Amino acid sequence: MSIFVDENTKVIVQGLTGGQGRFHGLRNRDYGTKIVGGVTPGKGGTDVDGIPVFNSVKEAVAATGATASFVSVPPKFAAAAILEAAEGGITFIVCITEGIPAHDEAVTYNRLVEDFPGVRLLGPNCPGIISPGKCNIGITSGDIALPGGPVGIVSRSGTLTYQALHELSQQGIGQTTCVGIGGDPVPGTNFIDCLAAFEADPETKAVMMIGEIGGSEEERAAEWIKANMTKPVVSYIAGVTAPPGRKMGHAGAIISGSKGTAQAKMDALAAAGVHVCLNPTEAGEKMVEIVKGL
Amino acid sequence: MDLFEYQGKQYFAQFGIPVSPGGAADTVDEAVAVAEKVGYPVVVKAQVKVGGRGKAGGIKLADNIEEVRLHAGNILGMDIKGHVVHHLWVERSSDIQKEYYASFTLDRPNKTHLGMLSAQGGVDIEEVAASNPDAIAMLSIDPVRGLDLETSRRWVQEASLDEVAREQAAELLVKLYECYTKGDCDLAEINPLILTTENKVHALDAKVTLDENASYRHPEWEAFRATETEDPREKMAKEKGLNYIGLDGTVGIIANGAGLAMSTLDVVNQVGGSAANFLDIGGGANADVMAAALEVINADPKVKAIFVNIFGGITRVDEVAKGVLEALNRVTISSPIVLRLDGTNAVEGRAILASHLNERLITEPTMLDAARRAVGLANA
Repeated sequence: MSIFVDENTKVIVQGLTGGQGRFHGLRNRDYGTKIVGGVTPGKGGTDVDGIPVFNSVKEAVAATGATASFVSVPPKFAAAAILEAAEGGITFIVCITEGIPAHDEAVTYNRLVEDFPGVRLLGPNCPGIISPGKCNIGITSGDIALPGGPVGIVSRSGTLTYQALHELSQQGIGQTTCVGIGGDPVPGTNFIDCLAAFEADPETKAVMMIGEIGGSEEERAAEWIKANMTKPVVSYIAGVTAPPGRKMGHAGAIISGSKGTAQAKMDALAAAGVHVCLNPTEAGEKMVEIVKGL
Repeated sequence: MDLFEYQGKQYFAQFGIPVSPGGAADTVDEAVAVAEKVGYPVVVKAQVKVGGRGKAGGIKLADNIEEVRLHAGNILGMDIKGHVVHHLWVERSSDIQKEYYASFTLDRPNKTHLGMLSAQGGVDIEEVAASNPDAIAMLSIDPVRGLDLETSRRWVQEASLDEVAREQAAELLVKLYECYTKGDCDLAEINPLILTTENKVHALDAKVTLDENASYRHPEWEAFRATETEDPREKMAKEKGLNYIGLDGTVGIIANGAGLAMSTLDVVNQVGGSAANFLDIGGGANADVMAAALEVINADPKVKAIFVNIFGGITRVDEVAKGVLEALNRVTISSPIVLRLDGTNAVEGRAILASHLNERLITEPTMLDAARRAVGLANA
């Protein structure tokens, strides 16, 4: 099984007529994803390589029965596009847009929680989700993923998501689903959401978790793993040698204390029983060892 | 983007937050002109984006024109923790009765805004937070609903601000929240927020960090950008739209995505090398961006080898390969380049480079192999 999406998921692309939307939307379709429509205001009735374009999400959903949307629009329109998707009846929204103002993200996230509790947002600023052989929504290159499981991947960093897929596929280890949650300040879906879904998925036998410095999501995930996770978790945290970030006034220090460094995250994860590795290759090798021992 | 105190105060003033009358000055004469206008006594304050300037002698009280000349002359050009003082803020001195602390920032775990307010503000606020966390009244604010005056009134009461300060503080906090949200701040902090001996509440300091992602709707931020002083390497990179941080090692790093770039630094370090920089060419980089990245790295004389680590997603590897060739045509790259190319259009990318490979343009199959090769070349 896969999490969040499967071979039956019908997807529309908001921004299909734009450069990025067209390139990745068509690649997703070529991969086998059911891309059933596109949305661009004012371009309804046209098509992109045979995919019908609609003026609004509502029209697209009515005509196609789509339940998922791939949002690929510029930052200034992204928040409105996400809300339009939710209002139009979409229940799973993947937003790859990079550069959305933090305040827009905070308002959008809370509006979804309050007005559309059944809707899941993945991203913004994320590579998307791929369930190998079934569905690929976003910018991940499909040929680096291997179907069949048994590993689930969740990653905060875009390119390290590909790296993780690549390390496993090279070793002949398949993936159930790979979720890139993105590194923006207000992610719609976080580590814990994905860990819980993988824990509940019978086909996922082990999870690879890729984090990076900053924030406290990895520490929170460690607490959750300690309390709830029965499946083995391998993790890599990027940024051990990263240049120290700027300090945000006193407020940052008051909130975070010593949290946020790569070392603090690795310590928290190790204390929760996670196999903590020092680079992506080592994480891949560790996972091979675990999968072979299953 | 972090603002200087004086810019933060100017920003606050736009939202109606009371600050002391004052003005910015870049020379002794300008400082004198401000002092004469606002009236004595004045405080002459060094404008640097680092804490601890008071203890370093960067904040002085002046009772008359001679003292303003003396202090402004001493502070301008002063080095405070590696930051040279180029700007001053001169303001009317305030008689302080109490020092409070107030800030708004994003509460990332809860995905709401976080207001922090304390009756025990001042230079030791972080110690207060550590030793007596109850002294800081935390307020979680739903970004959809915002902060209203009613809630703000309850908050100042909970924080035990002095009775006489409460109504003014409650109003000021609503304005500060507006500044934080409408002004697209990542951080809006006042420490200290003071109660004067005349029972007036106003901002004595300003710490503002702006969200660069929102700059498209704030053309007025251009004025703030003009005063940013940067490492010349970083300035060149920024002009070319690259996310670059200068470091001290010998291996120049180019990667796509902040995570992969950080990971590349980690791996270079693990195999015995040291990175000369962090450089993320971002998502969707084309040949131009790649060429610009190589040029920026090439301008750093400490670089002995360049490690290009690309895993294509939005970024297409064929574009990266074209950019490498373009850079090689445009300028003489003085260090050998080791490339690791995977992901979107990697096969096409490798094919573009195939006929150009030599001992100064090398590809390796994995990230670890490429790191070892680049570090070997840099340490040779």
